[in-house]
Amino acid sequence: MRKFLSDSVINIKPSGIRKFFDIVSEMKDAISLGVGEPDFDTPWHIREEGIYALERGKTFYTSNAGLKDLRIEISNYLKRRFELNYNPDNEILVTVGGSEAIDIGLRAVINPGDEVIIPQPSYVSYEPCAILAGAKPVIIDLKAENEFRLTSDELLTAITDKTKVLILPYPNNPTGAIMEREDLEKIAKIVKEKDILVMSDEIYSELTYKGKHVSIAELDGMKERTILINGFSKSYAMTGWRLGYACAPKELIQQMTKIHQFAIMCAPTTSQYAAVEALRFGDDDVAKMRQAYNQRRRFLMDAFNKMGLSCFEPYGAFYVFPCIKEFGMTSEEFATKFLQEEKVALVPGTAFGDCGEGFLRISYAYSLENLKVAIGRLERFISRLRSDR
Amino acid sequence: MKEELLSILEKNSRIDFSELAVLLGVSEEEVLKQLSELEKEGVICGYHTLINWEKTSIEKVMALIEVKLTLQRGRGFDSIAERIYNYPEVKAVYLISGGYDLLVILEEKTLKEIASFVSGKLSTIDGVLSTATHFILKKYKDHGTILNKEDKDEREVITP
Repeated sequence: MRKFLSDSVINIKPSGIRKFFDIVSEMKDAISLGVGEPDFDTPWHIREEGIYALERGKTFYTSNAGLKDLRIEISNYLKRRFELNYNPDNEILVTVGGSEAIDIGLRAVINPGDEVIIPQPSYVSYEPCAILAGAKPVIIDLKAENEFRLTSDELLTAITDKTKVLILPYPNNPTGAIMEREDLEKIAKIVKEKDILVMSDEIYSELTYKGKHVSIAELDGMKERTILINGFSKSYAMTGWRLGYACAPKELIQQMTKIHQFAIMCAPTTSQYAAVEALRFGDDDVAKMRQAYNQRRRFLMDAFNKMGLSCFEPYGAFYVFPCIKEFGMTSEEFATKFLQEEKVALVPGTAFGDCGEGFLRISYAYSLENLKVAIGRLERFISRLRSDR
Repeated sequence: MKEELLSILEKNSRIDFSELAVLLGVSEEEVLKQLSELEKEGVICGYHTLINWEKTSIEKVMALIEVKLTLQRGRGFDSIAERIYNYPEVKAVYLISGGYDLLVILEEKTLKEIASFVSGKLSTIDGVLSTATHFILKKYKDHGTILNKEDKDEREVITP
């Protein structure tokens, strides 16, 4: 029989997380700090609106770009939260999660051989999506001493004649790093000079703990060269609803809509109705969840301090990214041993890029009670490692 | 910070000062100072425990009583309310707008005791015009806490 599979798909590495997932799944009583989604249920009024949409028989396709009401609410929201102005008629596209927006955004702009700059550690999709779109990924290894922010030097070194897109993944999964206005201004200057498009993945924009998130699209001259990606999963605890959106200049949205229309048709209708409710009446829910995350973040930072585990203070998302280089093990060895001996699952930093070596991602999308138990075990494990040496 | 402090305590009054300080990102001294102020001002009125008595073998009966009043010269709602809330078996008294005046929450061991409280004590107070007693059959949610809720993490154990 012929070999049916596509070479470019075969050549994509399977997600590093998958391997670890299989080990954890077999262990029955393991506790996990490895989850990349909120522990909160979707606020009831939002779920209720989804139910109501079903009751009313809102079970048909929406327009390709998404419900008009939803696009209007997204536009209002971006204006009220971030000083962003996007026209709901032609600059906003509702997608199946932020993930779809990443995929079709890249596919809409890449010509074969174009280079996409991807700062790592970062979310697992960027590199494969860039490859599938026909681009050449160019990786920037972010540094702990810069709190995993992207610096202008790092960016300049990565830029070539072929650079077309810079992916800007802040607030960052897995490091929890943020980019503040001054950091973004330096990046924006280079990007404008070198005529590069920015894909800014701001899915964690509501979860920052040092002032309000700043979008690079807010800066002068940046809106026209930015694809802004956001969604409902993290801010409103709506991961399973699969709903996100992309905002960009209309020429770009037009082409992205073409791909979306042929591949997806439209985002789930029930979810879109629920999301309208979320944007209209969900600000308080978001604030409450942010406050809870922030308390847990402080708890973890304090615990790491007390056990002498080195970790820069992250101000975004719901992850901390401690360094375990002192133990002389790789991230994967550490995570595997910790899982075997203490039955706690963490994700090795390498799952998010080679430069994640020596780090672990710990999610605090867990109740304080759970975190306390897990951190107690981490402390025990670490002191055992230290006394063994 | 005060609001955040209060909302943590409202959910968990057993939390200790050092942990409060960590969660709020302030010093322990600051937490202590705030707490003693809030207690002195009467903002914090106690550190109670929410108990689901239904899960014990101890019998308790709870009733909501709507009370209508007639006001007499020189005696407002407050003084009648006081005569009611001084009974220890009265758990709560609220002044209500609308169809009646006071909502009284009463807890006793038996139905009979509730009946005798209403007929013997409550109805005979000067100014109480009429009462309507509703017995609570089941508590689903109390003080913002859903009772009998199973906490199960439905998420996949590891996700990117």
